Amino acid sequence: MTPSIVVESATKRFSLRHAHSIREVTIRMLRRQSRYERFNALDGVSLVVEQGTTVGLLGLNGSGKSTLLKLISGVMRPDAGRVRVRGRVAGLIDVGAGLHPELTGRENIFLNAAILGMGEPEITKKFDSIVAFAEIERFLDTQVKFYSAGMFMRLGFSIAVHTEPDVFLIDEVMAVGDPLFRVKCREKLRALRAEGMTMVIVAHDIPLLKELCHRGVLLAQGRVVFDGDIDRAARLLVESRTAPIG
Amino acid sequence: MTAVRPAVPELVEPGRTGGLAQVLRHRYLLRLLVRRELKARYQGSVLGLGWSYVRPAVNFSVYFLMVGVFLKMNRNIDYFAIYLFSGMVLINFFTETLHSTTRSIRGNAPLIRKVYLPRELFPAASTLVSAVHFVPGLLILVVGALATGWTPSLVGAAAIVLALAVIAVLGLALGLLCAAYNVFFRDFEQVIDILNIVIVWSVPMIYPWMVVRDAVPDWALDLYLASPLVTAVSLFQRAFWFPAAARPFELPPHLFTNGVISLAGALLVLGLAQYVFSRKQRRFAEEL
Repeated sequence: MTPSIVVESATKRFSLRHAHSIREVTIRMLRRQSRYERFNALDGVSLVVEQGTTVGLLGLNGSGKSTLLKLISGVMRPDAGRVRVRGRVAGLIDVGAGLHPELTGRENIFLNAAILGMGEPEITKKFDSIVAFAEIERFLDTQVKFYSAGMFMRLGFSIAVHTEPDVFLIDEVMAVGDPLFRVKCREKLRALRAEGMTMVIVAHDIPLLKELCHRGVLLAQGRVVFDGDIDRAARLLVESRTAPIG
Repeated sequence: MTAVRPAVPELVEPGRTGGLAQVLRHRYLLRLLVRRELKARYQGSVLGLGWSYVRPAVNFSVYFLMVGVFLKMNRNIDYFAIYLFSGMVLINFFTETLHSTTRSIRGNAPLIRKVYLPRELFPAASTLVSAVHFVPGLLILVVGALATGWTPSLVGAAAIVLALAVIAVLGLALGLLCAAYNVFFRDFEQVIDILNIVIVWSVPMIYPWMVVRDAVPDWALDLYLASPLVTAVSLFQRAFWFPAAARPFELPPHLFTNGVISLAGALLVLGLAQYVFSRKQRRFAEEL
């Protein structure tokens, strides 16, 4: 098997900055106070994801799941270690981050799809399919700021799944949207999985993870504490909610 | 089970690509970003893009009335309106570029935190939006200059191109630097806005450069004339105003030589700015 994602002892330190303006920086420097507070969001995490597998990232809040996704997507760079990815990475990291409220649905499809890495011919080709999946035909030329939360999320999801990336990152998106569309999303993800797409999913919805993932990785305080069977990972997570591990 | 993807791409570190070369590769996205900014800015406003005519028009009228008529500058300078306006459109282009590029990264924080894109795209898009706003002013300037009996010439055209190149390259270069620093120091944009007030008066646009020559020591004059902004504005005046002006007026010495040196300097700053930006942008996502 060819690996799609290779994370080699990646460490990400966050510095919580106390000073955000020139005034604050000056005051803190004069008083010789520290301007930073450091902590490790990820601490020597290694992970290899083979092509075509779906991995669920589990962990309590603040365990480093989202940070790991951001390292894989390239939004953040590791302070130590190395992250490598094969092919196009696209993410459902906060649906609709690229949707602009003042633009219409149609304009947003082109803009957001381009942001996710599609070119003009590709977008034109997939346009109808994106619209149909999002079920926004009637509101295509309405500004997105008038969309309901459900429509907004449907549009964002639809554009993202049509990117056809090699690696698909999904962060806490199934929590929103109406139940009917959630079922549709789930089916779409299952179809993508069957097509052999590599996916990394972060969700608190354990039944969903059990259904979709081949493998579960449990993180605690920035370290991998379990990597293997998804059911076992889910059970460990439930246990850790009552008795913290790590 | 279908679709085993045919070509297997190499394992690469994500987020490694960058630089202005990447902006050229993302031309389509750049175009959409520019369109978005233009649309979003004027959406729901009565005049729409017309505002980019109104602002310079009011700005111009105030200066013309106060400095030209009341302070009698139009007695010293033939066609003071053209003199003033040729400097003003160019400097507005520059200050607006600085203003908007400085905010371009913070303004797109939600996107930068979530999706990896070459971050140079945002300052580049802001620069292009300023360029779009600059066009109406330039057209008015051409009409005005033609009305005063101006005839286009090859030397004039060269001056225009050189001045525009200096302003655009320098604007983008400083914009990249300011955008990066504004991520780390949130009040950087205030500093830039104050600087913009100074910039307007640091060029011979409301007054002739000779008043500086007659008032300051030689070294200060050399410093003043070394400013690429002074050179660019003088080049624009050389192109649009100087040929039709009847009264004797000296242009700053070695104008074209200084223009070429300014452009070379601006390109150097652009290279430096790109390097600093590419290092700073690694921490953008966590700082925003």
